[in-house]
Amino acid sequence: MTEAPPSEAPLVEIRKLRVDFPNPAGFTQAVRGISFSLGREKLGIVGESGSGKSVTGRALMRLLPGSARVQAEALRFDGIDVLAASERQMRALRGGRIGLIMQDPKYSLNPVMTVGRQIAEAWLAHNKGGRKEAREAALSLLEQVRIRDPLRVLDSYPHEISGGMGQRVMIAMMLAPNPDMLIADEPTSALDASVQAEILKLIEELVSARGMGLMLISHDLPLVSRFCDRVVVMYAGQVMEELPARDLHRARHAYTRGLLDCMPSLSAPRPRLPTLTRDPAWLEPQR
Amino acid sequence: MIEVERLNVHFGHNQVVHDVSFHVAPGETFGLVGESGSGKSTVLRTIAGLVPGWDGGLAVDGKALGPKRDRAFFKSVQMVFQDPYGSLHPRQTVDRILAEPLAVHGIADAESRITRALEEVALPRVARFRYPHQLSGGQRQRVAIARALIADPSVLLLDEPTSALDVSVQAEVLNLLADLRQARQLTCILVSHNLAVIGHLCGRLAVMQGGRIVEILRQEQLRDGTAQHAHTRELIALSHELEG
Repeated sequence: MTEAPPSEAPLVEIRKLRVDFPNPAGFTQAVRGISFSLGREKLGIVGESGSGKSVTGRALMRLLPGSARVQAEALRFDGIDVLAASERQMRALRGGRIGLIMQDPKYSLNPVMTVGRQIAEAWLAHNKGGRKEAREAALSLLEQVRIRDPLRVLDSYPHEISGGMGQRVMIAMMLAPNPDMLIADEPTSALDASVQAEILKLIEELVSARGMGLMLISHDLPLVSRFCDRVVVMYAGQVMEELPARDLHRARHAYTRGLLDCMPSLSAPRPRLPTLTRDPAWLEPQR
Repeated sequence: MIEVERLNVHFGHNQVVHDVSFHVAPGETFGLVGESGSGKSTVLRTIAGLVPGWDGGLAVDGKALGPKRDRAFFKSVQMVFQDPYGSLHPRQTVDRILAEPLAVHGIADAESRITRALEEVALPRVARFRYPHQLSGGQRQRVAIARALIADPSVLLLDEPTSALDVSVQAEVLNLLADLRQARQLTCILVSHNLAVIGHLCGRLAVMQGGRIVEILRQEQLRDGTAQHAHTRELIALSHELEG
């Protein structure tokens, strides 16, 4: 692992990204002209379901269905124009330089293949070496994601391990090609509170140690702000607010404040929870 | 209203619930909290009659429960599950979904009951003839709640009812549940891994770990630092930490 040089050019540059999906009456606008950049840092993208946060992550990896219309003034990963790149270039990016961790390990792991073989497969796809080396790499990766009994897990099937462990396996798989960036799309939503914190700590440590960029997509504002440097808040396909994670409690946008306020709190209980009043102005083009 | 006495549950040779006892008073909302695998959902499902292979004492409304439940039981005890997409029939309209419990229990005037049920959970009238996939996650969970309430149960069993929802929608569903139990004097058991959600709705709660109840405490004890067991303290600390 080499220490990443502090590059001046951002790892990811997104300018005026629009994504439309066809519907019977025309197009549904999923992402409506969003812009942000990401260096070798931890960026959180937060919003409710349907806000376009996952679509943004997928657009960057060009993983959207062919029917989706993706337009942008700039959509670059490390200088590579994602919209114009060849399929061959994209294959090197996907899983190679950008790793994607998805929500539920139950569905994203292959149920009929041992964990070790799946990690080895990811390693072989982006590294030169034989099966024996791949197995050793898989073992070392399982150690890196702090699985206590890596030899046993290596020969286990996904149904034999817990959800938290499954997510560790997913992370190990994504680290196999030594990527520059991780996109974690709701990596802990299927897990318990305590396991959630462990997994996010692990991701945070690995990202910092390897000098990677992290895009953490989640609907959980407080959780994200604990693990990220910056937070982008999305609503209905647009960025409402971008702010340093530690300033979250000083968020100015009514939407951000509404999201924070409607969570039940252990320390300050209220008989009724305030609900979010959606201001039609949030749907207007921003800025 | 609900009595659980020395409940043990086995899945094959594996014992997943050990010696669990608690009582829930009429009109009370009791919380079960713990990590996955702690047995909290299994306890709830055993009360609902969805799990065979248990021993110990279970009683609802003074009547002891056996391995087989009668129709009256299913009328008075209803359950709401975590994932409203998985628990609603994908090829039935909301109208049919809500008509089913009425048909099963032989309840007349379906028409007015369905209209009332939709109103009660604040669903628009047009939702009645939609399919689950045409509704949002929050609306689907409202349908699941309406279905549970349509046969006038006295006990509502809630298994992570808001875990699959956005926080904004979670707030709406939690408020709805608070209103409904008030209006209908429901006795509820709420299972969740989120201590803040449990603390919001439940007067008393049990903390589970490894299939056992490690502590039963009152809601105020979550805040005043009198929780005894180490695991409870851990969960409380974690919850505070996440609130920031």
